[in-house]
Amino acid sequence: MAEAAPPSRPRPLSPFLFPPTGTYRWQMTSTLSILHRAAGVALGVGTLLFTWWLLALLGEPSDFDAVQEFIGSIFGRILLLGWTWALFFHFGNGIRHLVWDTGHALTLPNVYRGGWMVIVFSVVMTLATWVAGYAFR
Amino acid sequence: MSSTSQKRLVGPLGRARGLGSAKHGLQHWWAQRVTAVALVPLTLWFVWSVVELTGADQARVHNWLSRPASAIMMSLFIVATFYHLALGVQVVIEDYVHREGVKLTSLLLLKGLIVLLAAAALFTVLRVAVGG
Repeated sequence: MAEAAPPSRPRPLSPFLFPPTGTYRWQMTSTLSILHRAAGVALGVGTLLFTWWLLALLGEPSDFDAVQEFIGSIFGRILLLGWTWALFFHFGNGIRHLVWDTGHALTLPNVYRGGWMVIVFSVVMTLATWVAGYAFR
Repeated sequence: MSSTSQKRLVGPLGRARGLGSAKHGLQHWWAQRVTAVALVPLTLWFVWSVVELTGADQARVHNWLSRPASAIMMSLFIVATFYHLALGVQVVIEDYVHREGVKLTSLLLLKGLIVLLAAAALFTVLRVAVGG
């Protein structure tokens, strides 16, 4: 009863997400899940540009040029590239979720296989879209 | 009361309805899936259209959107997108905001903004398609 209390040390704070080299080992499954939500939020912000683009149809031709100029700028293109990837990632991973909702592909190997398919799909579709966009310009 | 009925946490009405603890959660979940499925073809259509319209001026985009096929598809795309967005935003806020007042305020503000954007986008399509 009279034993000395064990030396106190700070309780570990789970799950040690940061820094990425820390205790927590990142997995593709959770990373894609976080990215899915982040992409969805980013696309939500993107609806501001989408609506601005549409509304500019009702203004003067110069109003529409202003939108096109913004999208065509380096900053605009970087944003649009990010949104293109976010769209195709959220699209592909959303289909992955819909497949899970039917009860399929829920084994661990299939979850990883689907994850890689979504990553490849999102990159390929992003590149294809931009190649096509420059071809149509 | 027998011991089994004491363990049962669902009342007679709830048992008759057979929905478990569900209130409107199923409706939310289902609507998110329905809009997701609808957005598969609609998103592909939208991306393809935007690619084709790369660098187009106002007259060309206006002319494109005034075609019935474009106006119909764009209207569906707008409704499905903003509905899906409102459902997603709600989940995110409910996951991270736990103070009731802040949660309610941010939900109302963000959903209000989404409805406003959707109305503006839909109005634009109508105006262009009907010939304003």
